[in-house]
Amino acid sequence: MRLAANATPGQRLAYAALWAHLALVMIFLVAPIVAIAPLSFSSGSFLYYPLPGLSLRWYADFFTSEFWLPALANSAIVGVAATALATTLGTLAALGLWLAPFPGKAIVVAVLLAPMVVPIIVVAVGVYFAFAQAGLANTRLGLVLAHTALAAPFVVVTVQATLAGFDRSLMRAAASLGAPPATAFRRVMLPLIVPGVVSGALFAFATSFDEVVVAFFLAGPGQRTLPRQMFAGINENISLTITAAASLLVILSIALMAAVEHLRRRGERLRLGRR
Amino acid sequence: MRKAKAALLVAPLFLFLLASFVGPIGAMLWRGAADPEVAPVLPRTLAALATWDGRGLPGEAAFAALAADIRQARADGTLASAATRLNYDVNGFRSLLFSTGRRLPAEGATDLAAAFKAIAPAWGERETWAAIRRAGGPVTDLYLLNALDLRRDADGAIVATPPDQAVFRTVLVRTLWIALVVTVVSLALGYPAAYLLARLPERLANPLLILILVPFWTSLLVRTAAWVVLLQREGVVNAFLARLGLTAEPLPMIYNRFAVYVAMVHILLPFMILPLYSVMRGIPAAHLRAAASLGARPLTVFRRVFLPQSAAGVAAGSLLVFIQALGYYVTPALVGGAEDQMISYFIAFYASRTINWGMAATLSLLLVAATAALFLVYRRLAGGHMPRVA
Repeated sequence: MRLAANATPGQRLAYAALWAHLALVMIFLVAPIVAIAPLSFSSGSFLYYPLPGLSLRWYADFFTSEFWLPALANSAIVGVAATALATTLGTLAALGLWLAPFPGKAIVVAVLLAPMVVPIIVVAVGVYFAFAQAGLANTRLGLVLAHTALAAPFVVVTVQATLAGFDRSLMRAAASLGAPPATAFRRVMLPLIVPGVVSGALFAFATSFDEVVVAFFLAGPGQRTLPRQMFAGINENISLTITAAASLLVILSIALMAAVEHLRRRGERLRLGRR
Repeated sequence: MRKAKAALLVAPLFLFLLASFVGPIGAMLWRGAADPEVAPVLPRTLAALATWDGRGLPGEAAFAALAADIRQARADGTLASAATRLNYDVNGFRSLLFSTGRRLPAEGATDLAAAFKAIAPAWGERETWAAIRRAGGPVTDLYLLNALDLRRDADGAIVATPPDQAVFRTVLVRTLWIALVVTVVSLALGYPAAYLLARLPERLANPLLILILVPFWTSLLVRTAAWVVLLQREGVVNAFLARLGLTAEPLPMIYNRFAVYVAMVHILLPFMILPLYSVMRGIPAAHLRAAASLGARPLTVFRRVFLPQSAAGVAAGSLLVFIQALGYYVTPALVGGAEDQMISYFIAFYASRTINWGMAATLSLLLVAATAALFLVYRRLAGGHMPRVA
């Protein structure tokens, strides 16, 4: 927005006020996340500035801790397993939804997207209620299944969005050139939708890696995940090790976000290039 | 052929979700209406009460049936589940049943009615027997009524719960209020921000939007932890205020409603700004120039041209924030005090502490119903999808 040269003082003031407001909103959004990172490098053990000195002791504490390290491993294992399952099931479902309408599609779509909408506490309590009776509470498998259900809709939505930009005539062209359907899928369709599938997988991983409420109900002492331990740590005795864990998670989420952004832009370029 | 193929591709995820998501949640929600505990434990009593007219006390046969049922249940070790269920309806029923069980008249004793009343005067009250009859199953409205601070009296009429036991209306109103405040504050902060962003050239707006996306992607736990660190008594904000000389004493900024509002607005604000921004981007600048060239003053242009066209974004953003805020659990649990907990906290409480599945299920049902209804409105307005961050 540019101000006209003949803007009145009132307009100039309003414009300045808008910029000041935007700056404050941005600071409000970003500052808390930025503010805790330096604390994790403190050589002291207090949660405020100025830092008495710099050290990596809280990271050392994190990476040698019986409390955090198994949780990191659990989060990684559950996250990868849930991502693999959710990506496979979600991509197939998105392809099916794209391929043709079928009877009852509206209800099916409602079920596929329900995990995005149902409040997480209801999911956690429901899954705990049923999984406990099936012997799946306090197991890693139970946690993987629940996280898969929560993550799969993100894959469906992301792959669907990619497919919406896919030109169906490409498949007909491949067929007319003699490619069997499987070859056409592998050589023509798959390369074009892979960015969407990978974005979906990243979303799925982020969903599982950040999930705390289901883990709180479903995970026994042997399956506690990183967010579950952070919850306990914040609730009971907040220490600087938590700021170290938080900083690591921030780096991970920025990496995930950058990857998804990159894929989105690449997908856009690909699509625009082919039109 | 294509249809069959399409259905076949969707089927694995659909069936997976039925088994691991819809089924479990449905089974849990059903517990809010189901009443399976008392019928198998007190079958003779319920049969005897079937012919009771509800006026006066039931006859000697009912007392005899109850004595037989309690004796059997004590032998089988099943009395506790029925006692717990009856206690949900009438406070003190649990200890009533157990103390009666310990002092049960010998088998073959006569005038059991007098014997029971001697054990506990409650057996001489209609209310006690009506409660047993109400608990016969297979379904009950006990939990739904309780969730609205209502109960049934001895005649089966719906009456208000005594004020000293009424808690749920306060919780429901508080949940709606917190969600509303968070929505309004987010709109007040988000609207002007999105307005300016939408009117900036894209090469300037895009990097700023990335800054909005960073917290959007950052773990909920990290953001909540950040606020706990910042708002503590010895925390960064208090230290900063003291250094500036603005406060003599550290302000109480955590474990209260203020902290809940701040942390929730922080987490949900991107959900307000992003839909607002995308709608505002779509408002043609030509409309605004046209209005101005026709002599409208800037405020009039905003009020008559921009504001109505941005209404869809306001509706979408507000619904998105409100719906998610309703179901918040982690953030209020970590930064709020006892008086700031929302409905989710009580669902967790009943499911994990007192193991009262009926209450957990009914509160869940209320939350799901409100969420689903608002989401349908959102779909109609925006046709979009909802990413989860909570």
